[in-house]
Amino acid sequence: MRLNVRYNMIRRYVLSILVKNTSGVLNKVTGMFSKRGYNIRSLSVGETDNPEISRITVEVVGDEQILEQIKKQLNKLIDVVKVKAIRSKSSVYKELVLVKVKADTKKRAAIIELCDIFRTKIVDVGKKALVVELAGTPEKNDALIELLAEFGILEMARTGITALERGADTIHDE
Amino acid sequence: MKLTGAQIIMECLKEQGADTVFGFPGGTALPIYDALYEYRHEIRHILTAHEQHAAHAADGYARATGKAGVVFSTSGPGATNLVTGIATAYMDSVPVVAITANVEMKNLGKDSFQEIDITGVTAPITKHNMIVKKISHLADAVRQAFYIANSGRKGPVLIDVPKDITMEQCEYAPATPLPISHKNAFSASDILAAAQAINESKRPFLYIGGGVIASDAEEEVFALAKKIGAPVTTTLMGIGAFPQNDERYTGMIGMHGTKTSALCATHCDLLIAIGARFSERVTSDHAKFAKQAKVLHIDVDPAEINKNIQAHYEITGNAKDVLDTLTPKVKTKKENEWMQQVQTWKKRYPVDRAGKNAQYPKKILQTMQEFAPNDAVFTTEVGQHQMWAAQFLKIDRPRQFITSGGLGTMGFGFGAAEGAAIGTDRRVVNIAGDGSFHMNLQEIVTAVKYNIPVTILILNNQVLGMVRQWQKLFYDERYCNTTLNNPTDYVKLAEAFGAKGFHIADKTELRQKMEEAFRQDGPVIIACDINEDENVLPMVPGGRGLDEIIMEVNK
Repeated sequence: MRLNVRYNMIRRYVLSILVKNTSGVLNKVTGMFSKRGYNIRSLSVGETDNPEISRITVEVVGDEQILEQIKKQLNKLIDVVKVKAIRSKSSVYKELVLVKVKADTKKRAAIIELCDIFRTKIVDVGKKALVVELAGTPEKNDALIELLAEFGILEMARTGITALERGADTIHDE
Repeated sequence: MKLTGAQIIMECLKEQGADTVFGFPGGTALPIYDALYEYRHEIRHILTAHEQHAAHAADGYARATGKAGVVFSTSGPGATNLVTGIATAYMDSVPVVAITANVEMKNLGKDSFQEIDITGVTAPITKHNMIVKKISHLADAVRQAFYIANSGRKGPVLIDVPKDITMEQCEYAPATPLPISHKNAFSASDILAAAQAINESKRPFLYIGGGVIASDAEEEVFALAKKIGAPVTTTLMGIGAFPQNDERYTGMIGMHGTKTSALCATHCDLLIAIGARFSERVTSDHAKFAKQAKVLHIDVDPAEINKNIQAHYEITGNAKDVLDTLTPKVKTKKENEWMQQVQTWKKRYPVDRAGKNAQYPKKILQTMQEFAPNDAVFTTEVGQHQMWAAQFLKIDRPRQFITSGGLGTMGFGFGAAEGAAIGTDRRVVNIAGDGSFHMNLQEIVTAVKYNIPVTILILNNQVLGMVRQWQKLFYDERYCNTTLNNPTDYVKLAEAFGAKGFHIADKTELRQKMEEAFRQDGPVIIACDINEDENVLPMVPGGRGLDEIIMEVNK
């Protein structure tokens, strides 16, 4: 028997979803979220080692009941092969961010120094701007973005989280 | 053997035992209809006047027979006209296979004439859909569509086929349909926990829905109810799944359910839900529903468990298979106080009671049923007449009562009636209101053309009765756009289409005209004038608890 109390904690969940690479599959997966009123905070998609299967990583906010419903509703989609909530403690979360920062010659050194501390790369240098590549957890990325904002961000692109479990565990186990 | 895509579709339908298709042709569907010409002695095609009706007919066929209904349409508007029908089937978990044609592959995505992205449109309202872009995938797509439509929780599947795929040739090898999986996912411990909960319960209450009919589990439900001595209610979708003359039957539950069912839900200590999904039309307010009860939820769709109501015990599986395992594990209960209490309630609030209310609509329905054949099937449109039909008709077997429960589609009943009549070879009576009737009345032409034994019984109150009832009770009698006063002459209309029409002005001619109407063959329309101020009662106003059920109103 279950208790009702588990349902109220709102937190972030990261779901890893394996799908068949069929026409319209992304539409069906994202459509399920909008149809049932669940918010996607970020989403990333790409092929797996098997070209017929793609992995969608979705970051959602909700409570345990919402997570349970999302998993069950996703599992009902015929093109969904596997759904697993990837827990932060036992997983690697990564997000790629490209930030174009305003940087004239005077400010360049300060930005480079900041990037060194965060161990991030500068992937493009122009006369008036730099492009910084961040590839950390969203929290770490946020911290650096906040610091870069002081120099003036011209534009930014984030991929959304992608994640894998640590160790030999895979989405295929459970 | 090399066949065209269109011929492969026909062969695959034959593999599945699908001998009846409802539909409407068009430009991109030409190759499919050309193949149909060749297979016309094996596959019967019913041509409707509008694709929506074809979709409803396929749905009614499936609900009445238990076999998947099949509908064809052309691309563009043909496909979009199916949408309401597909959504209706989706909401009530009905197995329908829709095959739509689309423009040739080279014209896809170019906004070509009659091109629509129908898989995009129907993604949220199908169990699954697919566009077939390789002819080598076509046969398996059709087979998979039937398998998905019929397995686990049933539902509609759409296959979109570009015109050139139906014209190309490909090697075809016949295949036998795979046995349908019931998608059972319960363990021995789930059963044990549920059996223990039932054994410990003093006031168990069975709440059964359409899932019992879909899994043919009515005998198993009866056996369980008998063994544990529990009262039983059905949802609108579950009507027919439990014998109405049985002492344990408490009538329908929900917004227009019985007071006894509401009392049972309020006072039970274990609510056993079987193939039912705690829709808000049943619970009214999820938080106020069955507060004293633990919930045992049995459903084939795991996503239904803990969706609307938190379950204390859950069993995921086909109702029939679950009960086959569960019932032997529960203890037999003899006479109990709970059933005596239920009998007292039933006496005070009879199951088919409408008080002083709706006496004449009740009389019409009862008289109709007296003259209708014993094996008749009943369908309904949506509104007051639908609720009266649910309350007053005597339904004693599953698949005898067909109604749009989830989507509430006006215009559904007529199409469903034609599909059910074709599927069962029985007379089908569609109980309609004058509002719903006008939504699809052009389809009398289909009934006449194929001489389908349907009777449309219109309860004509000249208003959109259910919406009007809400305006009366909750909108200060501001009757905005619910007064129809349609000048339609139903007898002349029927005759114009080649059907037979009857007008019953009042109760003095009710019996005689009803008897005469049921002596006719072919399609018949009966319009009965009723008062615009008849109400559907009891009623639980939206958002209130079931214990706040209203039995009478003075308007």
